[in-house]
Amino acid sequence: MQRVAELNKEHAVRAYGEVIAFAAMACLLIIAPAFAYPVFLMKALCFALFACAFNLLIGYVGLLSFGHALFFGWASYISAHAAKVWGLPPELAILSGAVAAAGLGAIVGSLAIRRQGIYFAMITLALAQMMYFFAVQAPFTHGEDGIQAVPRGKLFGIVDLANQTNMYITVLVIFLGCFLLIYRIINSPFGEVLKAIRENEPRAISLGYRSERYKLVAFVLSATFAGVAGATKALVFQLASLTDVDWPMSGEVILMTLVGGLGTLFGPVAGAFFMVTLENYLTTIGQWVFVVQGSIFVVCVLLFRRGIVGELGQLLRVKL
Amino acid sequence: MFELLGISSQALFGQLLIGLINGSFYALLSLGLAVIFGMLNIINFTHGAQYMLGAFTAYFLLQYAGLGYWWAIVLAPVVVGLSGIIVERLFLQWLYKLDHLYGLLLTFGLALIFEGTFRNFFGSSGLPYSVPSALQGGQNLGFMFLPNYRAWVVVFSLAVCLTTWFVIERTKLGSYLRAATENPTLVRAFGINVPRMITLTYGFGVALAALAGVMAAPVYNVSPQMGANLIIVVFAVVVIGGMGSIMGAILTGFGLGLIEGLTKVFFPEASNTVIFIIMAIVLLIRPAGLFGRGA
Repeated sequence: MQRVAELNKEHAVRAYGEVIAFAAMACLLIIAPAFAYPVFLMKALCFALFACAFNLLIGYVGLLSFGHALFFGWASYISAHAAKVWGLPPELAILSGAVAAAGLGAIVGSLAIRRQGIYFAMITLALAQMMYFFAVQAPFTHGEDGIQAVPRGKLFGIVDLANQTNMYITVLVIFLGCFLLIYRIINSPFGEVLKAIRENEPRAISLGYRSERYKLVAFVLSATFAGVAGATKALVFQLASLTDVDWPMSGEVILMTLVGGLGTLFGPVAGAFFMVTLENYLTTIGQWVFVVQGSIFVVCVLLFRRGIVGELGQLLRVKL
Repeated sequence: MFELLGISSQALFGQLLIGLINGSFYALLSLGLAVIFGMLNIINFTHGAQYMLGAFTAYFLLQYAGLGYWWAIVLAPVVVGLSGIIVERLFLQWLYKLDHLYGLLLTFGLALIFEGTFRNFFGSSGLPYSVPSALQGGQNLGFMFLPNYRAWVVVFSLAVCLTTWFVIERTKLGSYLRAATENPTLVRAFGINVPRMITLTYGFGVALAALAGVMAAPVYNVSPQMGANLIIVVFAVVVIGGMGSIMGAILTGFGLGLIEGLTKVFFPEASNTVIFIIMAIVLLIRPAGLFGRGA
């Protein structure tokens, strides 16, 4: 009985830490526009959501997808096309981007989970490259120009998103909502099975879990959230371009998650803000950006595998 | 002159030859990847960058030391292979006990560093590298014109691939290598220096990539991003062939090159994507790959 009580207490303390961290993050983001440009913050929030989606897969199922730009970029194309050509309101544009990403996720996921480990990464990378070439050739993406001047429209027909503050609040609500949803998924019985598969897949199978199905559902969920991030980004920047579907984008989201801390709840958010801030300062150095990114990869893998939030959690002895 | 489905034989065989040349590079690169993966358990994402380094080493040798193609084809693999050995000693050796994914991430980071550095100094446009004088010109075979250099690329890479296959599958050194791939601890217990073998294997795999780069220099231009897109296609080739078999890697490489060449003739819109589509089909029918031994 005493042990159970202690475990409960431990759990309570842990949950307490997460609640405090979440409240702190939400407060910071609400007052942030007073200190930073809204466009910069919205960009960081979109990437933070993208990284959280990616982390759902690598952190909690142990699957390294090297092709997440596929979902991010194609969702941004679909949502930009929906808003500009079909004239859909922003909420439906984002929704159509997310649905497209979910569909692509189901196709790519069902192919990629046929192989494990390192092959999984290579398959996702190859399929993403294939879809990149489709994006180059398809007429509706306008090739190198991308889809430009996408109207932000009026949210639910009332809120004018051309207003920067309205847009920021919308992005913030989308981000926090998806973040809570991801938190709920990770801590649900479904999430526990995912973690069991990450730790020991043969044992999970022997306990009667169909690991393939769990992996596929996790992949589709991750693709969908990545799609929401990409679709939102298209409305924020009023642009969908080839940069978002190309492989360096897949590398970038991996780097954000790695810097922040793989398999931590807040790590991807911290990593995304870190990288977006860094790139903001590095815009003047041209191609050296790749060298800086590569160096960060090397340092993180060799010396800093827990990432910012992982190290912080270790220091404070809480799970973040 | 005969025509096939409205395509002139000149165009058909010309594209098939380009397909074979691409296939030689796919074979050399996927061979290197397979050998490295067997020993180090690391997928070497830097492979494309090392292919690019091979081409640039050839360019530098010509430009600054006046050493031509025949020197480059010997020296560039040695130089880049040695740099690979340094990379293994400095970075990779710390990762063998960790999850596979860290090896992939580290080598991806190294690829970004190499390619970023070269892009910074040489921009995105290619630098020309001329065909060696001994291999200029070509033969008229009646149904097509065969440039000597292109014939040389196909024959020489086939020879390198088959030699590698012979060394690994048929010699004593190769048997050590295969044994160490299966069970490094046991091989170490027999008194063989496995860590040194691992280092040399990485150097050898990298040298193969550099050799492919030197051979590619006169066919394509020498440019910083010549390896970046190639490596993704080579990954698809590796997924299709499976990394279990050396001969499998060679056959898959050449075969896919040919198929890609054919696609360029009959359905050019799909020439960029055909290998990825084949990969998807192979995954549906034979998830372990054509020559794979399980996942």
